[in-house]
Amino acid sequence: MPGSLPGVLFDGIAYGSLLFLISLGLSVTMGLMSFINLAHGAFAMAGGYVCALGMERLGIPFLATLPLAFLAAAAAGALLERTLYRRLYRRSPLEQVLFSLGLTLMAVAATTWVFGPGHQPVRLPGFLLGQVRVLGIDLGVYRLFLVGVVVLIALLLAALLRGTRLGARIRASVDDAQTSAGLGIDVEGVFFLTFTLGSGLAGLGGALAIDVLGLDPTFPLKYLVYFLLVVVVGGAGTIAGPLVASLVLGVFDVAGKYYVPGIGAFVIYGLMIALLLLFPGGLRRSAR
Amino acid sequence: MRTQSRAVTVGRLPDLRWRPVEIVFWAAAVAAFFLFPRYLVLGSQILITGLFAVSLDLILGYAGVVSLGQAAMFGGGAYTAGLLATHGWSEPISGLLAAAAVGAGIAFATSFLVLRGGDLTRLIVTLGIGLMLYELANQAATITGGVDGLSDMVVGNPMGLFAFDLAGRTAYAYSLAVLFAVFCLCRRVVRSPFGLSLRGIRDRPERMSALGAPVRRRLTAVYTLAGAVAGLAGALLAQTTQFVGLEVLGFSRSAELLIMLVLGGTGLLYGGLVGAAVFMIAQHFLSGVNPVYWQFWLGLLLVLAVFFTPGGILGTLASTWYRRRRPR
Repeated sequence: MPGSLPGVLFDGIAYGSLLFLISLGLSVTMGLMSFINLAHGAFAMAGGYVCALGMERLGIPFLATLPLAFLAAAAAGALLERTLYRRLYRRSPLEQVLFSLGLTLMAVAATTWVFGPGHQPVRLPGFLLGQVRVLGIDLGVYRLFLVGVVVLIALLLAALLRGTRLGARIRASVDDAQTSAGLGIDVEGVFFLTFTLGSGLAGLGGALAIDVLGLDPTFPLKYLVYFLLVVVVGGAGTIAGPLVASLVLGVFDVAGKYYVPGIGAFVIYGLMIALLLLFPGGLRRSAR
Repeated sequence: MRTQSRAVTVGRLPDLRWRPVEIVFWAAAVAAFFLFPRYLVLGSQILITGLFAVSLDLILGYAGVVSLGQAAMFGGGAYTAGLLATHGWSEPISGLLAAAAVGAGIAFATSFLVLRGGDLTRLIVTLGIGLMLYELANQAATITGGVDGLSDMVVGNPMGLFAFDLAGRTAYAYSLAVLFAVFCLCRRVVRSPFGLSLRGIRDRPERMSALGAPVRRRLTAVYTLAGAVAGLAGALLAQTTQFVGLEVLGFSRSAELLIMLVLGGTGLLYGGLVGAAVFMIAQHFLSGVNPVYWQFWLGLLLVLAVFFTPGGILGTLASTWYRRRRPR
């Protein structure tokens, strides 16, 4: 465990980048169709199980399981979007909450049923273990790797959003779905693609998170609050908002648990309340 | 869901007449006391949870405020009643009132956070407040007993008439009496002009404020009232089981409550009672088989309910009933 302020800060950033990776899809879903998807964590869990079981039972190396985790979660997301989610876009938020809560409960129960209630261990490859000394601070190699992966993905996504036609369509649909549809953009198609991509990213995040957050069947419920917090605090439908929110939440959560363990759990909720009081519409929207 | 309740209420100003269906309903609740003497403990749990569901229906069904943290007030009430009883104040009715006051206090204090923002913000803020109180009760183990909970409670006889017994006869009768009294009060409230204005706020908040209704103040009022009812329900649970554990504040209590209410039907007050009965009876018999399967079937039931019976059990019954009577 790091003892110094920079060490805690670094751990918080690594934790925050994980939160960002997992929550990004959720943020897009809410921004695009204002769909409240409580089952988002289940996609992350699916990715985590693909990674853990792929390594343990099939002997696939860790790095090779990551794309598999992405693909599996994306496929699950695509399938569910086509069959179930799309029927509920016009329903009330309450019905969306109940539907996705039901889906989460089913995912939790089914996972317990098939794989048992225990924790899934992950054995990281040797080159990701240990610590390196940078500027006099001990940094975990795996956490550095995590931050690197997330930075890479964030850059790729930013390039996708800024530089491609699909990105332009996504931005237009988030800003005003009705007008975009009127201009001939296939909003439903855009949504399908972003939902799939978001689920895939959650799956990747879930696989990367095993070593940091742990993985057991209750994962989607245990971290639900954190994912929702990122979206609510960051403001739905952007990349920068959730990024800032995840980093802030990650740093404060780690620092709170490290420095004031007695009241550690309050720090994050207190922070949430303070942020919501200061920025009722989320960080991003208030900045506009 | 909204269209369902509208089909029942629009076109007629609400009045306080008791419909035959309602009388049958309450008569059945009384009859259950004599018909199922072996299940009275489960029965009183259903009544208490039903009362809790009524509190959520007040804010969700009538005012459109979504909440995943109603357990905060329930737990507050349960700990109030529990602490009074462990510290020598054994008279139950005043314990209930104190718990209602605490529930109302928690609701009023948090209403300023909850009522700002949209549905998503409300969900997450109520969830956060619930988790915070849970953590608080967990940390303050010297007062609340922490994970071990509060036991050693001395609860006196309600009205000095009957002692609490193991078979749950007094618990059932006591819970039913309190439920009925509070239910009548809530029924009166939602059928008043105040209740009508809440429905207006639920359906068109902007328009209601344009009409001059003090939207925020009305919402605060009903949220506080719902908090009082939830606190009462918590106190009932504490007094009848003579135990308060941390799970009274747990997330699953709030989430299951939402499920029950929606299963039964929102905006009818009876929906919560029917939903609680169906849910808890199913849970009692199915989770006996295997708790994991129960969670799976519950999830499936929720998904199916959203797709096929958007008004809940009562909403669906009511709309088929009206559809059959309307055509001529």
